[in-house]
Amino acid sequence: MSAQVEGRRAGRARRPRAIWLGWLFAAPAIIMYATFVIRPLLLTVQYSLYDWNGIGASTWVGLDNYRRLLTDEDLFSSIVHAFELIVFFSGIPVLLGLFVAATIRDIAASRLAVIARTVLFLPQVIPLVAAGIMWSWLLSTTGTANELLSAVGLGDLTRAWLGDFDTALPAVGVIGAWVLVGLCTLLLLAGMSKIDPALYEAARLDGAGPVREFLSITLPSLRQEIGVCVTVTVIAALASFDIVYIATQGGPGNATMVPGLEIYYLAFSEREVGMASALAVTLVVLVLACVLPIQRLTRDGS
Amino acid sequence: MTTMLRENLTGRILLVLLMAITILPFGSLFVTALHPSGTYPSGLSWPDDPQWGNFLDAFQAADMGTLLYSSVLIVVGVVPASLLFGTMAGFAFGHLRMPGHRAGFLLFVLGLTLPFEGIITPLYYQVRDMGLLNTRWAIILPLIGLFMPFSVLWMRAHFVTMPSDLSEAARVDGASTWQLFRRIHVPLAMPALSSLAILLFLWTWNQFLLAIVLVDEPAKRTMAGALGAFQGQWGTDIPLLCAGALLILVPTLTVFLIFQRRFVAALLQGSIKG
Repeated sequence: MSAQVEGRRAGRARRPRAIWLGWLFAAPAIIMYATFVIRPLLLTVQYSLYDWNGIGASTWVGLDNYRRLLTDEDLFSSIVHAFELIVFFSGIPVLLGLFVAATIRDIAASRLAVIARTVLFLPQVIPLVAAGIMWSWLLSTTGTANELLSAVGLGDLTRAWLGDFDTALPAVGVIGAWVLVGLCTLLLLAGMSKIDPALYEAARLDGAGPVREFLSITLPSLRQEIGVCVTVTVIAALASFDIVYIATQGGPGNATMVPGLEIYYLAFSEREVGMASALAVTLVVLVLACVLPIQRLTRDGS
Repeated sequence: MTTMLRENLTGRILLVLLMAITILPFGSLFVTALHPSGTYPSGLSWPDDPQWGNFLDAFQAADMGTLLYSSVLIVVGVVPASLLFGTMAGFAFGHLRMPGHRAGFLLFVLGLTLPFEGIITPLYYQVRDMGLLNTRWAIILPLIGLFMPFSVLWMRAHFVTMPSDLSEAARVDGASTWQLFRRIHVPLAMPALSSLAILLFLWTWNQFLLAIVLVDEPAKRTMAGALGAFQGQWGTDIPLLCAGALLILVPTLTVFLIFQRRFVAALLQGSIKG
């Protein structure tokens, strides 16, 4: 019977019709993907080698756009800003997420834990644009942030957080951290629930304290989940657009300009399609260069 | 024991503090929305005379009914097609495994981390040449393409776990591949499909970049895209802006609170697979 089934399957696989059918099933997905992703992606690479205003004739400039990207301080700083945002978009959510997840796990049965899971997740569900609007109001001159500072006697620190050259980028970072903490917390919490409790009992018998327990058991067991958190948040930082567009438009000056926003301005206001494309290619490469090593590091161990 | 308790307490305090910070922007938005239109209220003060009418004004000023209708149309255009195409390709790559399926699948994996900004410029010219600029198709069609890598990967992960005995049995009974897909595998894939549907709904509804680049008219955009335009238009009337922003949040927040468990589960699985 099983030999017969095997024979049938092998026979089917050899029939050209079966091959044809499989690809027919995949065809709609491939067509949509090729038309609206692959083709534009290849065109981005092509545009990046030209000087083009989007209307007239284009001229071949080779790698000039990329050269300009490396030498033009304003353009290059957008990339630097994206990497600075990683500290806020990834660093804070992952560290805070670890702490909060550990806490929630300790008090898992309590009402507080249940409410916290819902509340902390709220920012994940709303559009980033809405997060931008909320926070630009909160961080404005008369906003709640300044009011709270004044209330605790730190009135000297008040300022227009998003309009100040020194604080604008960190302020944007805080908005990103606010959005991503909940996601990281829940991911890490899911990871923690899979750890074998026997490990903790064994550690406790050996006299390990909570800190030791966390470092020797919890952290190594969460390797994969931490990898996921870092991957998701690093992409969010490098490809940030919505929050910055709404909260600062890249300003003051160029203080919060990020590649995503710069591409948008270059392509659709300044009509420098070639330069926009070179930055777009660079952004895609940077995302891959950051994400692939993280995936390798965290997947191999498991 | 006392150290345990103390730690527990510190943790709880931090948790409450973090929850307060999470809620604060929503609260600030709400309180501000109740101030008289056109004023420049400060932070967290409760107004003497709450202007509940602001919500009605914002609803009319933003033409919220039209926006809602537009967002729903876009979701209806994107989600079912993405689900269908993603499921068919996932079935092919995960279950039929025709020769070359690995290469085909790899092609989709490549697109998984692609930031939308990476292709937005040529996409604009492509959509323009197709004559679709400033129509809802300008958002719908590219989004289907952009969601394909994730949808295919998600559905393939489901079909890989399906035993092939199931298909063999159906084939012995004379089922064609389409019947096999339609009658047996799609019904079995419902849990995976519904999680994917939630994710795609949320990502479509909240899509901003495609909406502002490809569609000029806010009334033809997604909710998030329209919110951006609303900010440009009413950015100086803070209470009205806040009321409008809150109204725009209501649909997703409602859906989230109703399907909370599914949402969280889907988003978590989604990021693990992504």
